[in-house]
Amino acid sequence: MPIEFTYDKNGLTAAISGEIDHHSAAEMRIMTDGEIERSMPRTLTFDMSGVTFMDSSGVGLILGRAREMKQWGGKVRIAKPSERVGKMLKLSGLSPLIIKEGAKNA
Amino acid sequence: MRNITNYMKITLAGYSRNESLARMCAAAFASQLDPTVEEINDIKAAVSEAVTNCIVHGYRDTIGDIDMTLRIIDDDTLYIKISDRGVGIEDVEQAMQPMFTTAPDEERAGLGFAVMESFTDDLRVHSRVGKGTTVTMLKQIQRRG
Repeated sequence: MPIEFTYDKNGLTAAISGEIDHHSAAEMRIMTDGEIERSMPRTLTFDMSGVTFMDSSGVGLILGRAREMKQWGGKVRIAKPSERVGKMLKLSGLSPLIIKEGAKNA
Repeated sequence: MRNITNYMKITLAGYSRNESLARMCAAAFASQLDPTVEEINDIKAAVSEAVTNCIVHGYRDTIGDIDMTLRIIDDDTLYIKISDRGVGIEDVEQAMQPMFTTAPDEERAGLGFAVMESFTDDLRVHSRVGKGTTVTMLKQIQRRG
């Protein structure tokens, strides 16, 4: 599975593995929307540590989920991006969503 | 005169599953320039954006040919040309603005051209409405060792 979902006191974590492009993002979008619409978590954290490639489709995936989460006042966070994924997030202005290393992901 | 020392041309069907195939081909071809991992990743991202544009915008709900030409120039530069024969772009300058997209339903962030521009050394876009779009990029690979 390209996404593994786990819940803890901070909400829902979606751990993505593999490549995020326009093709793979379509399934990831459906999977994640199904999960968040069911549980309506306060926080959705994308764990990016298993992502081996990401183009701007990953940015669209995160922005789209942030929009969904807004319906019930939920927020999106990004955890453990590689340097490479970080480069794409910086270009897209999504860097503020990244959880700082060592900080509590509240 | 710039010297072309190697080249490759392929035609891909515009299925989204071919996006990964296109960037693997480009990365494999570029490997003869002994690029860094960083440079290979730049090439893969730029190719992925260009091919996705052909599929999402050029052909929309149809499937058409995507032509990719790769060349090695002067033993240090990768030339990438990616074209479709789709709908074309009316206003290229507007299309190249970050965050501009005509496909919000597909969750396109409107960053395709911004990624191509920032991850390569030169980007040119040529388009004619009803004829298609051609993107040309140059990526200089630093000589090492």
